[in-house]
Amino acid sequence: MPSIPTPPITRRGVLVAGAASAAVTTVPAAAQGPAKAPKSTPVPVKLSVNGKEVELELDTRTTLLDTLREHLKLTGTKKGCDHGQCGACTVMVNGTRVNSCLSLAVMHQGDEVTTIEGLGSADDMHPMQEAFVKHDGYQCGYCTPGQICSAVAVLKEIEAGVPSHVTDDLTGPMPMTRAEMTERMSGNICRCGAYSNIFDAMAEVGGAKA
Amino acid sequence: MKAFTYERAKSPAEAAAAVAGREGAKFIAGGTNLLDLMKLEIEAPTHLVDVQDLALDQIEETSDGGLRIGALVSNTALAAHPKVRKDYAVLTRAIVAGASGQLRNKATTAGNLLQRTRCPYFYDPNLPCNKRVPNSGCAAAEGFSRQLAVVGTSDKCIATYPGDMAIAMRVLDAVVETVTPDGKTRTIPMAEFHRLPGDKPWLDNTLGKGELIVSVRLPAPVGGQHFYQKVRDRRSYAFALVSVAAILNDDGTGRVAFGGVAHKPWRVEAAEALLPQGAGAVVAKAFEGASPTEHNKYKITLAERTLAGVIAEARS
Amino acid sequence: MKFDAPAGKNLFDNARIVGKSTRRIDGPLKVTGAAPYAYERHDVVPNQAYGWIVGAGIAKGRITAMDTSDAEAAPGVIAVLAAPKMQPVGSSNFNYAPLFGGSEVTHYHQAIACVVAETFEEARAAAAMIRTRYDRAEGNFDLEANKDAAPMSGEPKTRGDFDSAFASAPVTLDETYHTPGESHSMMEPHSTIASWQGDQLTLWTSNQMIDWAKNALASILGIEAANIRVDSPYLGGGFGGKLFVRADAVVAALAAKEAGRPVKIMLQRPLVANNTTHRQATIQRIRLGAQQDGKITAIAHENWSYNVPSGGSGETATAQTPVLYAGDNRYVAEYCAELDLPEGNAMRAPGEAPGHLALEVAIDELAEKLGMDPIALREVNEPGKTVPGQPQKEFSERNLVRCIKEGAQRFGWSARNAKPGLVRDGRYLVGMGMAAGFRGSPTMKSGARVKLAANGHITVETDMTDIGTGSYTIIAQTAAETMGVPLDHVTVELGDSLYPVSAGSGGQWGAASSTAGVYAACVALRRKIGEALGFDGDAATFADGNIVAGDATHALTDAGAMSAEDTIEFGKFQQDYSIGTYAAHFCEVAVDAYTGETHVRRMLSVCDSGRILNPLSARSQVIGAMVMSVGMALSEELAVDPRFGLFVNHDLAGYEVPVHADIQEQEVVFLDTLDPAVSPLKAKGVGELGICGPGAAIANAIYNATGIRVREYPLTLDKYLDRLPALV
Repeated sequence: MPSIPTPPITRRGVLVAGAASAAVTTVPAAAQGPAKAPKSTPVPVKLSVNGKEVELELDTRTTLLDTLREHLKLTGTKKGCDHGQCGACTVMVNGTRVNSCLSLAVMHQGDEVTTIEGLGSADDMHPMQEAFVKHDGYQCGYCTPGQICSAVAVLKEIEAGVPSHVTDDLTGPMPMTRAEMTERMSGNICRCGAYSNIFDAMAEVGGAKA
Repeated sequence: MKAFTYERAKSPAEAAAAVAGREGAKFIAGGTNLLDLMKLEIEAPTHLVDVQDLALDQIEETSDGGLRIGALVSNTALAAHPKVRKDYAVLTRAIVAGASGQLRNKATTAGNLLQRTRCPYFYDPNLPCNKRVPNSGCAAAEGFSRQLAVVGTSDKCIATYPGDMAIAMRVLDAVVETVTPDGKTRTIPMAEFHRLPGDKPWLDNTLGKGELIVSVRLPAPVGGQHFYQKVRDRRSYAFALVSVAAILNDDGTGRVAFGGVAHKPWRVEAAEALLPQGAGAVVAKAFEGASPTEHNKYKITLAERTLAGVIAEARS
Repeated sequence: MKFDAPAGKNLFDNARIVGKSTRRIDGPLKVTGAAPYAYERHDVVPNQAYGWIVGAGIAKGRITAMDTSDAEAAPGVIAVLAAPKMQPVGSSNFNYAPLFGGSEVTHYHQAIACVVAETFEEARAAAAMIRTRYDRAEGNFDLEANKDAAPMSGEPKTRGDFDSAFASAPVTLDETYHTPGESHSMMEPHSTIASWQGDQLTLWTSNQMIDWAKNALASILGIEAANIRVDSPYLGGGFGGKLFVRADAVVAALAAKEAGRPVKIMLQRPLVANNTTHRQATIQRIRLGAQQDGKITAIAHENWSYNVPSGGSGETATAQTPVLYAGDNRYVAEYCAELDLPEGNAMRAPGEAPGHLALEVAIDELAEKLGMDPIALREVNEPGKTVPGQPQKEFSERNLVRCIKEGAQRFGWSARNAKPGLVRDGRYLVGMGMAAGFRGSPTMKSGARVKLAANGHITVETDMTDIGTGSYTIIAQTAAETMGVPLDHVTVELGDSLYPVSAGSGGQWGAASSTAGVYAACVALRRKIGEALGFDGDAATFADGNIVAGDATHALTDAGAMSAEDTIEFGKFQQDYSIGTYAAHFCEVAVDAYTGETHVRRMLSVCDSGRILNPLSARSQVIGAMVMSVGMALSEELAVDPRFGLFVNHDLAGYEVPVHADIQEQEVVFLDTLDPAVSPLKAKGVGELGICGPGAAIANAIYNATGIRVREYPLTLDKYLDRLPALV
């Protein structure tokens, strides 16, 4: 195997580029900083999750998503990308939908969090959950809790008159249309492609015009 | 993600001092970009100063008829504000063209200005990137660059500023207001807020160490028809290939800035003066000296065609 | 049960449950977040530690040094696995790129280390402290550059004399099409919890093919298959990306051994595209020769793709070409280059999905050259009852022309302006396109166990998986129908290797095969009940919880608790038939005349797939495939950087799959057909059919809208902006 001489590792990591075929030898970006990281001291975090007060001792690095999934064992909220690129982790915080993967638990002291488990259970489903079942608004089911949390929030956002990219008249009343719903739902990726069924479910709950 | 300590600041001055006084400290507000990058250790702060308690979440009218937008106003709240919708529609349009509903609920006005590039080479710690690791090289220049900058680039970096909101703020002549660690305030016109990459592509903007954005001021409304047209590969939840923020007057004059083409919102006042002559003249001037790659030279054509569409819509 | 001849009339012809639109029985669990996916099974074993995989920073070469000392000393770290310090794991029939161990790197983001720690945060942080040095070797990463050196795979499929027929054809087409690499991008990244008890290994994982996984793991880890249990009751999507064991499973098993406790690993999203498999890019040359009346006399389809040097086939894009159209003279060939990119492997309708992107555009182009409607051209070239060139091989059931005609009528095809670029709607150029679709309908041996409880409740156990396809429900429907009980008297347990081996989920064979296997087991149970109660189980009627046998009526509960197991085995007779599924796909697009952005306005697919077991979930399969087709046509591309040998856009921000806003009106029609050759249920799969053709229909619609033909997917605006109408 042809071997290309590589420069030594430095604290910054060696990155040689330029010519198209240049050798590249790398170290992870971690080597750019101090090698030994301090041990993270757990901090107390108080939250209200689905109406229940919880107190935890958490690493400052723990996201709201991992708090739910790994510490509270509320695994209905999903990790699809952990980088805000898919929406599977969508939950409501103080009534507003957010990506729980891009938020630290420690930033949510005292916040009220609602997850899919807080919307309903298999025996007592939220109307949006029922509508998803009826319209087959899912396939593999992995993005589904995030879709449902978003769907519930989207209907409220339209009702509240929050503008979107497809809103024609920014100062007029907000129509409950397919375009408005699908644009607002676009932060929730469904690779199985249940989009039009999800729209049907939302339309039933929200009362959409075409 | 490296371990870090965490505190919640009580005042802007305290926050600024806390970051200035500590190696490796950073502010965190919405966190939607910072945490993304921390997970990849592209950002590796050792201390986070959370600014969410700073009561900077108000939008108020200024004495000159403009608006002062608190740094912590969420993208959603800013886009939905009645006066913004009525008098600064380009700003609402730009904000709602960005990211997703969830992200806009979390993202803040100041944080959005500080979004880092989405260049794929910046995002992969194994690959050379002068913005991520100074003087490691730029893999993008001869790489996969169809999303990247065509103008204002340097041989060290062709990253774009990826946001939408700032493009509108640039046409609105917004001014960034900050607090510095010594407790003083400073104002930075949007035109001077973001930098070009030059020899130091690792610097995105002109903020000093520990300098905290407290608000963004919009001058009094300028009237006109407002447009924000964002062109992308899918219809939503994608970064711009090119975007056009424009305020067009009935007499054919106006203002225009482009997104997705440079390391900063790209507005050339001498180019927008040519608006009455049409999109071709504006783009020719605005992109004078552009140095696109084979992959992204289409952006100049796209900028012209997008602007032409906006002008046509304004006239219809 | 042996399925040795086409099915005659049977209970499914009078079905009350099978074939009826049925809400998913697993639906309430999915919509409430209660369905358990691999990484979140806190309950299955205590004391789970967190693993984090480190991916190689080069595409090809050797690791010369790996310093794990900082990682080992980092807080919370339990174990560090360094590939250079370990022997390479074994291989299996289903894996070509090395999965772990040794110093050689053969593709970017190959797993080279794993850190196990008490918490997720500690594992991730410590993993970033590992320092690796490489000797980077030159590699081949560029398909175009390696195309001419690519050897042919197997023999070309020839018929007649293509060269002469092509040379003498009055109308010809010779075009080359490019399709990019694609990422499955299922929403749940590859995930596994591994636990050892002595020499017994259990993996709670996300895998489409349980028995393949179990046997592959035995061979990879060098242990007895009998000592491995694989459990995968819910998968967050697969699309072929979870047909095979990947690094998450292998490394979790090794790490759990090393750590001496259970370890769970979810592959981080930025690693998925390069660490796992992908659909390879293709370069397809198509030559067509036709008479003035449209009759095709010559078809050549050559396809160049690639795979890793250690094995695997290319993306075999010619798969549909021997079957779809008549034509006496043919030349069909596949070439497979060796590239040092990550391993290519099956993604939804491997072969046909990108094959249609070329062939069905070529047919559209030919129609235009002939001045014919593309629908008429397809009708003219519809083969007879047998596969072209194989007079002994009948189509078991083929209704392509019906699909096309019904689709044309429903879609309003007659309103299409055949001359492109003339329909304007404000700033948009509007066009319609269509394409035919074919996907084979293979069957696979499939087993199940059916248990009758004393209270009459039925439980089905099989290692079949539900990857979103609706297996739980169609299996419950099949058992309820066969045992004569209401649907809610059936429980379905899937995905556990402790259960009988099934067909698994892949290649569009799952629905047909697994329901046939459940039917076989139910028939066995009926016989057993008959033996117990003294009647012929085959002759009796099971309905409404009762059994009518001759003059006697029994309650199902009279039988007491019992169970039976059987496997459906499909006979050689099936090889006498071409068993396929067919579709006609229609699409209307609007192309922004200024910016070139394409909006898909509406889509229709008319499908011929035999009995549709559950129209509700089958329709979802098709609309889902249509969505994926929109991505294939318009935005999805694994961008190769040939200098570094990786897919650069390796996350869900860089690799753009369709979002809600991309999808507006979608309609699916199923022809009311039955295919007795495929299984006792006369049902075929449909989930892959749906991705064979819609992308080409979009491309053809864009042409119809704009008059611009782009032969390089995805059809992003930068490829045709300069050909759009001039600005006024």
